[in-house]
Parts: sequence; structure tokens; C-alpha cells
Amino acid sequence: MSGHVLLIEDEPNIAEALQFLLSRDGLRVTHLGDGLGALDLVRSDRPDLVILDHMLPGLSGLEILGALRADPETQAIPVMMLTARGRDREAAERAGADRFISKPFSNAEILAEVRAMMHR
Amino acid sequence: MPFNLLVFACVLYVVFLFAVAFIVERRAQAGRLGWLRSPLVYTLSLSIYCTAWTFYGAVGYAARSGLEFLTIYFGPTLVFIGWWWLLRKLVRIGRQYRVTSIADLISSRFGKSNTLGVIVTIIAVVAATPYIALQLQSVVLSFGVFASTEPDGIAPPDPASTAIWVAVGLALFTILFGTRNLDAKEQHHGIVTAIAVEAVVKLVALLAVGCFVVWGIADGVGDIIARIDAADLSAWQLQPGRWTGLIFLSAAAVITLPRMFQVMVVENDDEGHLARASWAFPLYLMLMSLFIVPIAVVGLDRLPAGSNPDMFVLTLPLSEGQGGLAMLAFLGGFSSATSMVIVESIALATMISNHVVIPLWLRLRPTAGAGDDLRGVVLNARRVAIAAVLALGYGYYHVSGGSTALAAIGLIAFLGVAQVLPAMLAGLFWRGANKNGAMLGLVTGFTVWAYASFLPSFGPGAALSEAVFTQGLFGLSWLRPQALFGTEGMDPMIHALFWSLTLNVIALCLGSLLTFPGPLERLQGAAFVNVFEGAVGPQRWARGQAEPEALLTMAQRILGEDAALALFQDAARDQGKEGFLPDPTPGFLDTLEARLSGFVGAATAHAMISQLVGRATVTVEDLMAVASESAQIMEYSAQLEAREAELTRTAGALREANEKLMQLSIQKDAFLSQISHELRTPMTSIRAFSEILTEGDLPPEMVTKYGRIIHDEAKRLTRLLDDLLDLSVLENGTVQLNLGLANLQQMLDTALTAARQTRPERSFIIHRDLPSEAIYIKTDADRLTQVFINLISNARKYCDAAQPELRIAVRQRAGRVTVDFIDNGKGIPKESQSLIFEKFARLTDANRAGGAGLGLAICREIMTNLGGSVAYLPGQGGAAFRLTVPLRLEKAAA
Repeated sequence: MSGHVLLIEDEPNIAEALQFLLSRDGLRVTHLGDGLGALDLVRSDRPDLVILDHMLPGLSGLEILGALRADPETQAIPVMMLTARGRDREAAERAGADRFISKPFSNAEILAEVRAMMHR
Repeated sequence: MPFNLLVFACVLYVVFLFAVAFIVERRAQAGRLGWLRSPLVYTLSLSIYCTAWTFYGAVGYAARSGLEFLTIYFGPTLVFIGWWWLLRKLVRIGRQYRVTSIADLISSRFGKSNTLGVIVTIIAVVAATPYIALQLQSVVLSFGVFASTEPDGIAPPDPASTAIWVAVGLALFTILFGTRNLDAKEQHHGIVTAIAVEAVVKLVALLAVGCFVVWGIADGVGDIIARIDAADLSAWQLQPGRWTGLIFLSAAAVITLPRMFQVMVVENDDEGHLARASWAFPLYLMLMSLFIVPIAVVGLDRLPAGSNPDMFVLTLPLSEGQGGLAMLAFLGGFSSATSMVIVESIALATMISNHVVIPLWLRLRPTAGAGDDLRGVVLNARRVAIAAVLALGYGYYHVSGGSTALAAIGLIAFLGVAQVLPAMLAGLFWRGANKNGAMLGLVTGFTVWAYASFLPSFGPGAALSEAVFTQGLFGLSWLRPQALFGTEGMDPMIHALFWSLTLNVIALCLGSLLTFPGPLERLQGAAFVNVFEGAVGPQRWARGQAEPEALLTMAQRILGEDAALALFQDAARDQGKEGFLPDPTPGFLDTLEARLSGFVGAATAHAMISQLVGRATVTVEDLMAVASESAQIMEYSAQLEAREAELTRTAGALREANEKLMQLSIQKDAFLSQISHELRTPMTSIRAFSEILTEGDLPPEMVTKYGRIIHDEAKRLTRLLDDLLDLSVLENGTVQLNLGLANLQQMLDTALTAARQTRPERSFIIHRDLPSEAIYIKTDADRLTQVFINLISNARKYCDAAQPELRIAVRQRAGRVTVDFIDNGKGIPKESQSLIFEKFARLTDANRAGGAGLGLAICREIMTNLGGSVAYLPGQGGAAFRLTVPLRLEKAAA
């Protein structure tokens, strides 16, 4: 499986775990520690998938998602939301998230979801 | 002319008057007065101005001083012709404020001052007494005239006993008809009608004598004029000063004499009568004076020298053998005397009982209510007062012995009551006139009158000694009673008139200008002076000028829209005007007033309707009632407001509590979701890496690395759980403090060492002042050290300076110790300073120093438990926290 994944996650340890899992699966992973440069990066790099943490310093995950969905250039890009709070699911779905994974996740589950999204 | 026949006629005449008064009184009670309440009766009743002094005395006056007697008629004539300016106002006020006497008028106008009422009463009684004596004297004289002509030698009646009989008879008559009932308006229809009858009798008698003199004795008008020209009378000179003075005096008297005020104002039923009287009364006076000069001239001509000209009206017919005419003349004189005495004594008795007896009674018997009990007291007071007034009159007659000429006494009495004039006029036309001014003016004028006119009238050596007359009081020549302030050679009458009234007016003005009226006076003053700005309404509503729409609007404001509309529709239906607004008929206005009364109080309702009907009959009592009602209403509404305020407060408190609960609930949710986030984050790493590790086939260095991550995250989780537990214990106040003495310096050393684990790579410069830290504090050392660690760790975490520094400053103040921790970083932005002590209030920290944002919240709770506080110190150049702890904590703060 090949493809480009943009990972936006502020917890360094969680980011490291995801990078390890996704690279092992053959995906190219770009990691951002906050949401500030995310939009430019999406426009320039055109990743096949964005994995977006809900709680970010600076720009929140929902705001980034809203901006992506509002921009015709980026609105088609699949987005997976990660959250440590169960009740954020609805808001994420309303904002146009394609997949929603709550922390803590199982590695198998998240890999399966990513694969499914990459194959569409 | 048999004397017995005269007495019999006299008695018969009195019985006839009794009958008239009785019948009218009955009809008045039945409300069937009809023509008896006509302008004619009103005008005739005014004729009590013409007393025996006029009936007999005018002829004497003419015989002595020519035409000067006319001044006595000119004054009233002028006043009545100019009724629009003064009398109309007087009558309006009298009716509107139910004035019962001239004393009542003055007292009401000046703020219901009873002192003023008493002063005016005294003036009136003193001035009227000689006048009543004069009437008794004239009756006695006229009896004497008849008796002296008796051929049979019947002993003429003793003047004194005659006077007593007359006085007693008059007292009885007055008591019978003057104190029958207590009418709120003090009206006496029976008496007024009897007096009107007497007015006719005296006019007819005088005209009859006049006609007899002109056409019986002389040969008609031409002859009389010739005789007048020939008489000494025509040599008489007009003295302008004296004429002016006397005209002014009689004009003043006609409005201030108690009896005149009684018939003109108190007994007035209808203001319209005044307009009719304004020309009818002068006409009556003209007729009364028509034959005075002829009778005087012919009397002087025909009667023996030395006969009393005051009795010509009687003696002329008698000397000509006209018994019947003499009898008529006698009855005319009798009528003049009796009508004056009756009304005067009623007026005086009203004043005495209202201003002297009743106030005294109420003061002495404060328990006496205003029930029937008091009515009886009032009536009895009136009766006694009438008797007393007549007794006084008789006493005066007895003492003075009928010495002076009638005219002189009349003028003196006129001048006495005229002292009320300045106060009255000022009261009606000058709002600035006040009680003190009125009192000062009245007392001054009355004193001057008594000294310069009344007392000297008894003759030198009687009331005032010869010395006073010639050298003045206390030997001060400017205090001679008939030459005050060195005004020599004036006519005594004019002299007294000038000085008494001038000083009276000056005192009135000074008193009014130099003192301030009270609120009631100001109210009354405005009401009296501006009486025409509202208009009269009796207790019942006459058909008003009110617009039904205006009434409806007002009623809706008070009763509410629907209720008012329903009331008006019902009334309209009753009037047969279905679908329209009702006419403001008296009945409807009464109904409306009654309805409004229930809401705003009777007085206010009356005043409101009055306003709209254009008849503001608002007396001061009304105003006072309105004020007290308003006060009650205001009090009530104040209570309502207070209750409402309380409700508002309660509601506010509830709202606040609610908001707090909501906030707490929101905070709780936020707190829980924060906890959830803070717990799940390390768990996520632990789970992901442990799954990776369990899969195996990893290089060893990776295993080590991932194992360390798992270990760190597990520690982070433990720390978080510890903090949460700590916080909940601290917040619930269930914390156990281990109190003991601890050295501050040691605690700080411990804390600095412990905090070095936080970002150990950073080297901090620490500024301390060791001597100031050498303090033993009684507190929980572990807890306080925990706070120190937290604050120092925060500085190590967040201070972003290139060379970070931390200054620790200790100070002792009033049993408290403050410890400041100040770093040299950016500090905390103003908007965040209030948030930092909240749970999970970790500001957006790029450093993620591993705290969950509970540190400062824990610090705050610990400091509270230690009886101290922690606060952010703004404006220190960096982040700065100040801790305050008590030097000696005795027990755990709740």
C-alpha cells in the first residue's frame, strides 16, 4: 500500500506511534505538531489522507477540518479525526470528518480504517 | 295713641315674625323654599345694613350735618355696583369653603389659624357691642316717645326695664330660630325671611312718613325744595376729606360688619343673587334716604327747639296727630333694631362658639368625639353666646346711659370692624399675605382704634383720664388719643380712621414680608386668591361641563379599561343613549365619584372629577385629605415596591444560584471531559506502544525506547491521578494537616532541589535573601513545600528568558508571611491572569511540560487550607506569584 498521509497530532508520543505503524504499512507520513501550517501543507502536498487530532494548540482540529471542507481544492480529501473525548464525535461528523477514531485506539483498528480510506 | 295698644301691636308684630320664621324654617327643612330663595329676599335681607341708626339717626345726622349722612349710603352703593371685583370673590370663597363667619374667613385664609379667629371675634364683639346697645336704646327711646304723649298720665315705662325686656325678647327669638339646627352652611332661612319682611316694613314706614311730610305737611315737592333752601341746612359745607373718609368707612363696613357678612356671604344661596342685588340694594338705600332731608327740615321747622332730631321720624307724625302713621314708623324702627340685633347676635355667636368655646371645649375634654355629643355642645354654646352678646349690649347701654348721639356710636363701630378690612383684602388678593402679617395688622389697628376712637367716646375722664387727653399717654404728647404723632386739629373720626388703618396696613405688610407662611397658609392663600381658577361645586354635582371622553379616559386610567367602559356603557343605557357615551349628569358624576373613591380615596376622586367638570371645589381639607390619601397610597405602594424589591432580590439570588449551578454543571462537564482527555492521552501512547511491543520483531534499541515511553506515560498518568485525588481531598476540606514549626529557609531549599527535576537541563539563577528567610512558621510544612515546588517548577517550565532568573522575596507583616516568586519571563497575559488558578487552565503551552493544568489549582486549595492565599502579582516584569501564610496557624481553616 502506498500513499501520502498528513498527520496532525500534538502529543509527540502518540505521533511517534502512528508514524511507526503507518510507515510500516508502506505509507509516507508527514507529521505536524500543531494546526498552524496544516492548511498550506495540505494545499501544497495534496496528501491522500489527513489524520487530525481534535485538541490542538493554536488552531483546533475542528477549525482545520472546517477550512479544508470550505476550500473546493481540498474539500474532497479524506479526513480521519482522532479524539480523546467521546462526545466530540457528533461535532466532527457535522464538520465533515470521514472517519472518527477515539483514543485510546487499537493499532489494528486504526490501520484497517486507514487502509479502507486509502482504497476508496 | 294708647301706649297699651302700642305694646299690643308690638307683641302682635313679633308673633307675626315668629310665624313667618317658623313656616319658612319648616319649608326649608322639607326642601320647598321656592321663591323664598330669590334675589328679592336676598336683597331685602341685606337691608339690615339699615339699622335703627339709619332709620332714626339719619334724620338727626341730616339735621346736624346736612347731606353728610349720604356718605353712609354711598360706600355700600359703590361696593355693590363694583360687585364683580370684590363681592363676587367674597361670596364665591364663602360658598366654596363653607365659610361660617368673617372670623372664619380670616382664620381659614391664613392657614386655619385659630388665634386669628379669636382676634377677629374679639374685634367684632367689641365693635358690635355699642351698636347693639344703640339698637336697644333706640327701641327704648321710641317707647319713651310714645309714653310721653300719653294724656292719661300713665307712668312711662322705666327705660332700663324696657331695655331688659327687649334684650330678653330678642335673645329668645334669636335662640329659637338661630340655633334650631346645625347646618353645615350655617344658614337660617327662617330668620332671613323674617328679616326680609322687616326690611319691607321699615322701607314702607319711612316712605310713608316721608310722603306724609312732603304731601301732608308741606305742599308737595316744590314746597319742600323751597323749605330746604330756606333752612340752615343749605348753609352746610362739603368737607372733601371727611366725605372721602366716611364713604370709605361705610364701604369697608358693609363687607366687614359681622351681620352684613352673615347675610351677604353665609346666607347666600346662589351667586346670581349678588348680580341682582348689585343694583337692587343701592336702589333700596336710595329709597331709604329719599325723604331724610325733607323730614329733617320739616322737623326742625315744626317741632319745638331742643327736641331730639334722632326721633323726628316718630315725633313728627305724633305731633301732627297721626297715630296710625306713628305706629307704622315705630314698627319700622322696631324692625330696623330687631333685625340688626338678631343677625348680629347670630353672627357673633357663631364666631364665639366656633373660635372660642369649641376649641376650648376640645382642649379641656380631649376625649370628646365629634359626634352628637359635640353637636349639643355647639348648639348650647351658640345659645349661651347669643344671650351673652345681648347681655353685653344691654350692659353697655346701661353703663353708657344712652349719652352719646346715635351717629357717633355707629361710626365708631364701623371703624372698629373696618380694622378687619386690610387682612381681608390682602387675604383675597395678595398671596404673599401671611398669618403673622394679618395678626400684626389686626392687633395694631384694633389697638389704635380703641385708643384713639373707642375709649375717648366715653368722654374725658371716663375710660381715659383727662391727663391722657390733654398730655398724651405717659405724658408723651405725640400719644394724645386725638392727636397721634402730632396731627393736631384733625376731625377726631378721620384722625382715628387714618391712623388706625394706616398703621394696620403697614403692620400687615411688614409682618407678611418679614416672615414666611407655613404650607397650609400657602395652600389656602393660593386657593383663596385664585378662587376663580377653579369653580364652585356644591357637594352634589351640578350638570358639569365635562367631556364624557375626558371622564372616560380618566376612569380608565384608574379603574382599568374594561371596567371603566362597562360603567360608562351601563350609564349610557340607563340614559337611553345605548352605544354612545353617557351625559355627565349629576347622578352619573356621583356614581363615578363613588366608584373612583374606592380606588383613589374620596378626596382625590372628588378633586379629579372637579378638575374635569371645571369646578375645582378643592378646599384645604380636601387637599389635606388628598395628601393623606396619597401618603397612604404611597406607603402602600412603597410596601409593594419593597415586596417587589425583595422578590427581585430573591429572584436575582435564585438566578445567580441557578447560574452558578449552570456554571458548575458546565465546569463539571468541562472538568470531566478534560480529565477524560488527560487520562486518555497517556493511555493512547501506552496502548499503542504496548501493542507494538507485543507484536515482537523489533530491534532492541526500539524496544528500549518504546518501553521508556510507556514508562513515562504511566508515570504521567499516576501523577495526574495523584493530583486529582489531592485536589478532591483539598476541595472537600477533608484534608488532614500536620501542623508543626518549620523553618522557611529549609522549606525553600527542599522545594528548589525537588523542582530541579523539571526540565533539569535548564540552569536558573536564583535570587534569595537568606536572613529574611530565617523564620519559623507554624504550618503544614509538607503542604507548603508542595506549593513552593509547584511554583518553582512552573517557573522552570514556562519562563522563556534566555538566561532565566527567579527571585524569591520574603516579608513579615502583622503575623503573616509573604513569599514572592518572580521570574524574568514574559509573564502571564492580563486576560489569562484570572484563569490560571482554575482546574485544567493550562494555557496554550507549546512546551507541554507534562502538567495537566492542575498545579495552580492545587496550590490555591492548599493555601486556603493553610489559612493563607496565593495570588498573581501583575506588573512585576515577569510571572510573579505571591503566597501569604499566617505565621502561626492554630487550627485547620475550614
